Amino acid sequence: MLSKRIIPCLDVREGKTTKGIKFKNNVDIGDPVEMARFYYEQGADEIVFYDITASHEKRDIMIDVVKQVAKTIFIPFSVGGGIRNVDDMRTVLLAGAEKISVNSAAVLDPDIISKGAKAFGSQCVVLGMDVKYVGKKNKIPSGYEIVINGGRKHMGLDALKWAQRAQALGAGEICLNSIDADGMQQGYELNLTSLISKNVSIPVIASGGAGKPEHLKDVLTKGKADAALIASMVHYGTYTIPGMKKYLDSNGIKVRKTNSSAEESLQNGNTL
Amino acid sequence: MAHAVSYLGFKAVITSNIQEINKAERIIFPGVGAAGSAMKSLKSQSLDAAIKSEFVTGKPILGICLGTQIIMGHSNENDTSCIGIIKGNVSPFDPNMRDEEDMILKIPHMGWNSIQVKIDHPLFSGLKKEDEFYFVHSFYPAPEKKGDIIASTSYGTPFPSVIGFDNIIATQFHPEKSGKPGLTLLNNFCRWQPC
Repeated sequence: MLSKRIIPCLDVREGKTTKGIKFKNNVDIGDPVEMARFYYEQGADEIVFYDITASHEKRDIMIDVVKQVAKTIFIPFSVGGGIRNVDDMRTVLLAGAEKISVNSAAVLDPDIISKGAKAFGSQCVVLGMDVKYVGKKNKIPSGYEIVINGGRKHMGLDALKWAQRAQALGAGEICLNSIDADGMQQGYELNLTSLISKNVSIPVIASGGAGKPEHLKDVLTKGKADAALIASMVHYGTYTIPGMKKYLDSNGIKVRKTNSSAEESLQNGNTL
Repeated sequence: MAHAVSYLGFKAVITSNIQEINKAERIIFPGVGAAGSAMKSLKSQSLDAAIKSEFVTGKPILGICLGTQIIMGHSNENDTSCIGIIKGNVSPFDPNMRDEEDMILKIPHMGWNSIQVKIDHPLFSGLKKEDEFYFVHSFYPAPEKKGDIIASTSYGTPFPSVIGFDNIIATQFHPEKSGKPGLTLLNNFCRWQPC
């Protein structure tokens, strides 16, 4: 049986993470490669990097980060933010990322999804969706609308229709972020998540609102999500990935356990 | 893939050059994408025949993901005639499979899943029953001979996830993306001496 995935998300600006992990000695580590290594060792099932570098000239820094990460961790990772076309996708994938995620670029030009899927396969193309609840209306029958620019710009596009269209265009996965829940740490938007997840046939990663392990339990059961994105709750050391997985496991949710003997022997010097 | 192999202390060369392949001690044959275009590209460089003749010499070969599918005889993906080292077909998952709660099972099968070993193999040395591996695929290999199924995985239905015989072994999952259990399996492959 397939395990539910727990995915830490790292925001990176000009090669530095914007939220460092507070380790036991309380030192902030702003190095995305070291943070990725830490979460990999902790049993993260995948890692998401979101490049929030504002200036185009400094984007190359992120490519160097991706190359370093690819040599350091041996689980899938995706990169989003600032991907505008197939060439941007190719650069990131060749640097060693498994997947690229497109968000506003896909809203503005949906063909980027089909072009990416055709060039690299659907499994590489994640659709990032930022969604706001606006109430049901003619143009927005689900009540959930697609927004861009951090929620400032409403696109007049129904979230469910957009998810289904993106799937038809070749998206391999959806990362579904609720702008209403994001940063509140009060739990994921369960109605939105289950609505989208039940009505597409590709996996859905829930994002926005995680504050405690119960929130993950809820979104992976009631919310029908295939994976849960987490940020602050682990970055600030409030919770750990092994602790959360233990909690989810004791609540009957299948998660990947990462404490095999083979791991330990490999950690201690690469040989068996 | 090459990062994982060099992390383990072995030298990997990424190549489509037949002489280079000929010189290699062992071959890893990974792949993503669709069977049709992959076979077309291999054929145009005569790499399909090269892999087959390397297999005949007894060189250890590891297939991964699409690489695993196209060593089969035929794939339903783009109705493709494949390399044919292992007899059998590559089939798509049934899109109507449901879980215990009657939710449609998502396709691709994407994420971490365990394997049930059918035939013990040197590549599994040091692995534990509960170890999981990273999968992302919509098709799976179905060897004709039961003896070619080394391990299976359950997703709606059990499907062969590790196949092979003699000096070839092939995984539907990505060992290079499967954390430490995956590295263990790769390390075992890099030391494997098939008899």
